[in-house]
Amino acid sequence: MLRGNDLVCVRGDRRLFEDVNFFLDAGGIMRVSGPNGSGKTSLLRMLCGLSLPAHGEISWRGTAIRSLGGEYYNEVTYLGHLAGVKDELTAIENLRISSALAGAEIGEDKAREVLQYVGLGGRELLPVKVLSQGQKKRVALARLLVSSTALWILDEPLVALDTSAIKMIKDLLEQHLAQGGMVVMTTHQEIDIAAATIQQLQLA
Amino acid sequence: MAINWFKYSSPATYYSLAGKLIPIFTVAAVLLAIAGLYIGFFVAPTDFQQGEAYRIIFIHVPAAWMSMFLYLVMAFWAAIGLAFNTRLSSMIATAIAPTGAMFTFLALWTGSLWGKPMWGTWWVWDARLTSELILLFLYIGFMSLQAAIDDPRRADKAGAVIALVGVVNIPIIYFSVNWWNTLHQGASVSLTQSPKMASTMLLGMIIMSLACWMYAIAMTLIRSRVIILERERHTAWVAELHEKEAA
Amino acid sequence: MLLWIIQRDLLLAMRRQSDVLTTLFFFIIVVSLFPLSVGPEMNMLRTMAPGIVWVAALLASMLSLGRMFSSDYLDGTLEQMLLSPHSLFLLVLGKALAHWLVTGVPLVLMAPILGIQYDLPADALFVLTASLLLGTPILSLIGAIGAALTLGLRGGGVLVSLLVLPLYIPVLIFGSGAVEASSAGLGYGAHFSLLGAFLLVAVAFSPWATASSLRISME
Repeated sequence: MLRGNDLVCVRGDRRLFEDVNFFLDAGGIMRVSGPNGSGKTSLLRMLCGLSLPAHGEISWRGTAIRSLGGEYYNEVTYLGHLAGVKDELTAIENLRISSALAGAEIGEDKAREVLQYVGLGGRELLPVKVLSQGQKKRVALARLLVSSTALWILDEPLVALDTSAIKMIKDLLEQHLAQGGMVVMTTHQEIDIAAATIQQLQLA
Repeated sequence: MAINWFKYSSPATYYSLAGKLIPIFTVAAVLLAIAGLYIGFFVAPTDFQQGEAYRIIFIHVPAAWMSMFLYLVMAFWAAIGLAFNTRLSSMIATAIAPTGAMFTFLALWTGSLWGKPMWGTWWVWDARLTSELILLFLYIGFMSLQAAIDDPRRADKAGAVIALVGVVNIPIIYFSVNWWNTLHQGASVSLTQSPKMASTMLLGMIIMSLACWMYAIAMTLIRSRVIILERERHTAWVAELHEKEAA
Repeated sequence: MLLWIIQRDLLLAMRRQSDVLTTLFFFIIVVSLFPLSVGPEMNMLRTMAPGIVWVAALLASMLSLGRMFSSDYLDGTLEQMLLSPHSLFLLVLGKALAHWLVTGVPLVLMAPILGIQYDLPADALFVLTASLLLGTPILSLIGAIGAALTLGLRGGGVLVSLLVLPLYIPVLIFGSGAVEASSAGLGYGAHFSLLGAFLLVAVAFSPWATASSLRISME
């Protein structure tokens, strides 16, 4: 499904990593680890097609993602370092707009229900700027619940979350994997996720 | 026999090739400039209307031509770099910009020097002068954008976009300025009905333009060599070169 | 999708009204400064009015360009837009239109009032307003390219003016030219047709250039 071939990443004068190869199949999870500055985020951004590898190719279902364009983005959800939520908007507005952007419009009731599930019940109508860091992160993660994409690319999804939220993410990921989804993620925290195949990609 | 053009698109090959070509173009530029200036200042007849002051056109006109050509050449290389992701073409575009801006400035400066005796004023809002001024702004925009971006790859691509947007806009700008100028005809002096040119004048101008071309090519080669060294300073071949020179 | 993104940006502008008002007040102040610097002679002011209003509109529209993408860039929503399956062309077009609705339209509405300060006759006021209505969307569309290219750069605000102002010149010429032509008793139809043509070219070309610039800047 998702394959990386001889990937090289260059930032400025530095070669962050080279010869990165992997293959991720349905139901598989890949954890990318490495010290700070080893290029974890750069790799994830490459997998999303936000940046091009200096060398090598990433393919999805056998086709290079460069030539897929919009088709690829129908199947990918990316949660980056930045939450991607607007401070001025309420949680409901944020969720509805981001899912519409991702090609899966949802109604207000559905949005309310999802926010209830991620533990923001009663706070749906507050502007996000008054929420705490962890609550903001929950607003961002709520997107995963409404997405129907196969590949989730998550950059440090557990940062700023409390134990109950981490448990929720774990369940969510396991359910996604059980349905044949795929996950690529980075995290500094320990988390056990049951999956058909578990891979570890170590960046120097 | 197929020539491997891509061989020359490797910075290392280009670097040494450019090094050999620079003296040739520099010498050509100097010789042509001497010939052109000699014709311009000593051979060409004095203009019956404008006297001796007109002789500045031997610098002014070639500079104005060059300023426009070089923008197109720069945009062309930048576009190639954007489309095919070839680093070298983007570097050439970056190397051309300062020379182009210099010619634009030269055209404006000499135009103003010429304007003083002709029109009695240093600056006239003539359509050509105004367009030339806007062209200078476009060059400055391109260079400042590239200078503001630290990552060379992004600088190349962003520069290419703005150069291409500029190319699309140049005809529109030129046309608008012409229209604007005809609307305000009273305020300016038209240059279009220039007297018929003597053939020696034309010859002098053509030789001077050739000199400018040679100069522009030499400058571009020199500057692109510097850019290559700067960008490739961590590669093996630059290190080798450095050792050779040190030895 | 176009409507979604416009709606979103308008909602954001509603929540941050001070930004909109700042641009509008900037426009008013710049226009009001001119009589103070060149003198209150009404005949002169009347001939200068279209040019002054247009230059002020240009500057006001340009100053607000920074907001078009930078806040989305900083909170990561721009990243999500690039990863949307929807066409980036439409998203960018929507953002430029929203920018125009938020900054351009208030300028257009304010222009007749400022024109009165300069004692413009009624028909000139009408032409001035109409030319701004036709011209300001072009400013937003072209400006979007500059805003996208300078995203996240230090000194981006000054840089964007260097990039964008020369490209605004045709709009300035024909926009203020229309008013002058009508005051001189000449037709302004040609000016308006040309502004219309520029608008079409800008709609077709600039979102595309902006989209590529965004991809370049986000890499």
